[in-house]
Amino acid sequence: MSSGDKSTAVLSRHFEDLDQQKSAVTLGIWVFLVTEIMMFGGLFAGYVVYRNRYAAGFAEGSHHLDVLLGGINTAILIASSLTMAMAVFSAQTARRRALVAFLILTMVFGAAFLGIKAVEYGHKAHEHLIPGSHFHYEGAHRTGIYVFISFYFAMTGLHALHMIIGLGVMAVLLVKALRGRYGARNYMQVEVAGLYWHFVDIVWIFLFPLLYLIGRHV
Amino acid sequence: MNSEHGHVIGPRTYILVFLSLMALTAVTIAAAFVDMGPMNIVAAVTIAVVKATLVLLYFMHVRYSDYLPRIFLGAGLFWFLILMALTLGDYLTRHLFRVGGW
Repeated sequence: MSSGDKSTAVLSRHFEDLDQQKSAVTLGIWVFLVTEIMMFGGLFAGYVVYRNRYAAGFAEGSHHLDVLLGGINTAILIASSLTMAMAVFSAQTARRRALVAFLILTMVFGAAFLGIKAVEYGHKAHEHLIPGSHFHYEGAHRTGIYVFISFYFAMTGLHALHMIIGLGVMAVLLVKALRGRYGARNYMQVEVAGLYWHFVDIVWIFLFPLLYLIGRHV
Repeated sequence: MNSEHGHVIGPRTYILVFLSLMALTAVTIAAAFVDMGPMNIVAAVTIAVVKATLVLLYFMHVRYSDYLPRIFLGAGLFWFLILMALTLGDYLTRHLFRVGGW
């Protein structure tokens, strides 16, 4: 999508009209999200195979994660999805100040999520529960714990990377929103960024129970 | 094709979805501390699927989107199911055929 001046709708030259452009842009981001499903899908499939292989180790691994911090992060991410959805609504209804406010709120929630994630990673490093030469674990399920913690870092790390990219996208949107570039006929960049943000939220909706909760009762 | 320039979902719907997602998060955390045997996994995944569906339908506007993005999303999910089904069809049946190592 080309960037526009002020809030007038911008029609790229290769599209017939705004409706066609909107359909194409929407399909484009969905095609990208489908490739994301496949990328995270590979990790989820690997997780299921190894959980089956090292059931006891994975169940014990869940006990080394902090359900409170994970739960707070889940709530923060859901709240950020709400503020993102409200940002899209604000753009669609040409409320510039609300759009700016909701974008900032979304970024604050996103940053808070990453901050808590960093604290959790710090705890894991302190407990030597990190893949690599610093790994140390005294217990019956040493191999299972190692595989579990490897999946934990790979999956939450890839997710966190998506959050960081999302924050970068938000920063660009924020600058353009402050300049009044979005409006009722020119909101698709906000919409597309929102679709990406919500997708990242969905990934966490699955990561949280799979990593933190299953096996907790054992 | 939905040619009217985009269905605008309002704050009321978004807040209702948000509250539902928060409630389901509380339910899934509570359920994790109750020993239900193999049903713990079923409950956790089911609640996650319900939450993801809410996000897709309302936050991501799938409920009001054109058919084409829906078809692409459906294809993506279907391919993911193929990935899971064939992978598990292999690993979960290996013990039946005494393959070494697994």
